[in-house]
Amino acid sequence: MTVGTAFHPRTAPLNQHLQWREWSGFFAASAYHDSHVIEYNAIREAAALIDVSPLFKYELRGPDAVRLVDRLITRDATKLTPGRVFYTPWCDEHGRVLDDGTLHRLDDEGGAQVVRWTAADPQIRWLRMNAHGLDVEVRDVSESVAAVALQGPLGRDVLEAATGASFADLRYFRRRGATLAGIPIDVSRTGYTGDLGYELWIPADRAVEAWDALVVAGEPYRVRPAGMLALDVVRLEAGLILIEADYTSAVHSHIPSQNYSPYEIGLGRLVDLAAGDFIGRRALIAEMAAGGPPRRLVGLDIEWPAIEALYAAQSLAPYAPPIVSRTPVPIFAGGRQVGRVTSTGWSPILKKMLGLASVGLAHARTGTRLAMEWTVEARRGTVAATVVDIPFFDPPRKRA
Amino acid sequence: MDIRTPNQGGTRVAQRYDAVIIGGGHNGLTTAAYLAKAGWKTLVLEKRRILGGATTSDEIVPGYTFSVLSYVVSLLRPEIIRDLELAKHGLEILPLDGTFTPLHGDFLWRRDDHAATMREIRRWSATDADAYEEYGQLMADMARFIKPILGMVPPDPTSIDPRDWLGVVGLGRDFARLPERQQAAFIGLMTMSAADFLDQWFETEPLKATMSASGIIGTFLGVRSPGTAYVLLHHYMGEIDGAFRAWGLHKGGTGAISAAIASAARALGAEIRTDAGVSRVLLTPAGDRATGVVLESGEEIAANVVISSADVRRTFLQFLEPGILPEDFEAQVRRFKFRGSSGKVNLALDALPTFTTNPGGSEYLRGAVSISPSLEHMERAYDEAKYGRFSRRPYVDMIFPSLVDPSVAPPGKHVMSCFVQYAPYNLAEGAQDWDNQKEAFGNAVIDLVSEFAPNLRDVIVEKQVVSPLDMERDWGLTEGNIFHGELSLEQLFFSRPIPGWARYRTPIRDYWMCGSSTHPGGGIMGANGRLAALELLKARRTKVA
Repeated sequence: MTVGTAFHPRTAPLNQHLQWREWSGFFAASAYHDSHVIEYNAIREAAALIDVSPLFKYELRGPDAVRLVDRLITRDATKLTPGRVFYTPWCDEHGRVLDDGTLHRLDDEGGAQVVRWTAADPQIRWLRMNAHGLDVEVRDVSESVAAVALQGPLGRDVLEAATGASFADLRYFRRRGATLAGIPIDVSRTGYTGDLGYELWIPADRAVEAWDALVVAGEPYRVRPAGMLALDVVRLEAGLILIEADYTSAVHSHIPSQNYSPYEIGLGRLVDLAAGDFIGRRALIAEMAAGGPPRRLVGLDIEWPAIEALYAAQSLAPYAPPIVSRTPVPIFAGGRQVGRVTSTGWSPILKKMLGLASVGLAHARTGTRLAMEWTVEARRGTVAATVVDIPFFDPPRKRA
Repeated sequence: MDIRTPNQGGTRVAQRYDAVIIGGGHNGLTTAAYLAKAGWKTLVLEKRRILGGATTSDEIVPGYTFSVLSYVVSLLRPEIIRDLELAKHGLEILPLDGTFTPLHGDFLWRRDDHAATMREIRRWSATDADAYEEYGQLMADMARFIKPILGMVPPDPTSIDPRDWLGVVGLGRDFARLPERQQAAFIGLMTMSAADFLDQWFETEPLKATMSASGIIGTFLGVRSPGTAYVLLHHYMGEIDGAFRAWGLHKGGTGAISAAIASAARALGAEIRTDAGVSRVLLTPAGDRATGVVLESGEEIAANVVISSADVRRTFLQFLEPGILPEDFEAQVRRFKFRGSSGKVNLALDALPTFTTNPGGSEYLRGAVSISPSLEHMERAYDEAKYGRFSRRPYVDMIFPSLVDPSVAPPGKHVMSCFVQYAPYNLAEGAQDWDNQKEAFGNAVIDLVSEFAPNLRDVIVEKQVVSPLDMERDWGLTEGNIFHGELSLEQLFFSRPIPGWARYRTPIRDYWMCGSSTHPGGGIMGANGRLAALELLKARRTKVA
């Protein structure tokens, strides 16, 4: 049965249209307002509160916490010093991606290292299995820690107003503790929006108080709650991948083509083959030695005039669906299918139709012209799409 | 011969440009960007200290940014956004949702929630709710039919070149294919008044009155004047992100649109100068061809082509010596109707005003707020204007941009934009009397809005009143017309601005037009500027070939 998150007593009455979806067993608002575009604008122009509590969260505690991390992630975990946050994938022994998430190095407690591990899918078994022989305790804190993303160009103003502290010094992918309305919280300079923003990690039993404090402090900055539909648009603009949409976890794959190497989902830059052993490293070394995997994640600039023409051919006005589609669609080169478009959506800020696609290596170079299937009134056609660099939208304020 | 592809051969004198554009409004800048993109050495000359013309924002009160004149956008052509990559240059259009019509003891609130809007209209009239859906469908179909005109260079009615007529033939074919009912509706739109047209559909007064308003904006006509129905449609053609009928705001005010186009133009190589008012266009001794411009400072700038984005009266009667133009042409320029009819009141607010009867919260202020309780209110407002008085109880279209874009006001504070009609340029006491009546005009607007939102006066920090005379003096909008001339049927398409001269050319060779006086008219579309540039580029290539 789906249940509410720790913020549910506040978010439920705000969800005017009862538009919920299920996220890891929790109710997650699709949209709170008449249109999710209002929330999209709050993320890009003002500030928004996004309940991300359904993320799986684990706490790794002990003298060997970082060693456990180092066994698992593709990055060099020894650089995950207190106060830093890593975004990283982790793989199975075949070098196929299990999940991606952020790892937060909390402050040491006594002699113990503390890491907060967030994930889209449950990981407790994987973490505990691989903790064998290490002095580290792995706890599932998914339900005891609530999380809200405070995102948008005015997000810092809201956070500072709410906490009475300056956050000018908290750099991109750093974290530190703070106090919000008397509640001890943890603040990370992270998010899934490609904008200036923070994620707040709050004791679940005080989540409602924290929400109220953010809303009050955020009022002059027009802070709004934002749901999953708006989040999907901004993450696409930011070129951020989504599990089960842009790739399949090795846990859930049934056939080899559903398995993805980090190099195939745009996360190759996060694989450090030189930095000690981690699960999947040998497989990835072998894969690279053999010329690398056959597919790549690319950004697509899908030509709007071509879409307009498909509508015009049926005497219809063009229509840009405001919601990101996660239905995979074939993409062609020279009439032959060369991959699939996994996320497709209109960017209100760029005035462009964007896509994330998985295509063969030969078609992954920036500037390559491909043809994507596009259906209007149940009639299939193709539209031109050009491979472009991601992120599509990357404002300087994201890192500022 | 001077008619040659720019940058090709010939000796170049210092300061000689392929194209000089008079006026740095959104159209002038758009033309400049397209010409620069084609490799032309292009210069834009703007008289004011800031770019944008009527598409301008200014921090009139410290901390508060006003969209001083134009305040919403919907028709900015998507092809321009794409061609010039305006998003990269800072273009950010935010949707403006819904319209709230306050009444004494009630309200009508249409919003971006179909079911809620239906329920709201049904509260007034069950049949109107059904009609509203059908009407929306019809107007969308009409808009779709007529919209290609916006991207089309009007044919010269005397031309026999079939290529000129291809677009129109297509339109005719589309018209013939429309169902009979839609053909009839189209004829109605072309001939009826907005009030009569809406009377066919609806019975709810505030609904009809609020919808009728888009038929009169920028015209010196009333909601019961024939021809205003078409203007309803013109405003229905707005488009944001592939959705028809949506109005939007620009982040940082409309001036940021001009800034984005200017940035794109500069990136493409155009030069832009402000505080550089043009006093005259230079002609050959025979007076048949433009060769450059003279600035108010006396500086002369040579150019192969001069393009004016100023309105038709300035373009022909101010920048040229009298007697240069053919007499009949000049007479038609003089007859072109401006008749500015609107004013602007911009307010800096300490807090949001509270409308006495409201649905709760502040979301109802997120879209447009329209003082248009009845068709009679609208028509009476016009009655006063006919005799040279500003409306004591005008039609007011208000928005609170700070609710959507907090960057335009300090945290927790707000800006309020009031578009007010009627404010006739020609007062009974003469246009110059606007300076004496402006204060009373601003107060009349605030008094009227205060009837519905009594705390308005208490929250005003500062106000800015812009009269049609101000628009003429400070922005060069002749007679204060916001569209560079009325958007009435006889002044549109191949009759805009002068019958036979709808293709951006003028009787003077190498002197072109690209402003809102040309097809397809006013509003922040940029289509005029783009089409003029493309037509000019096409003409040059043709001549060389």
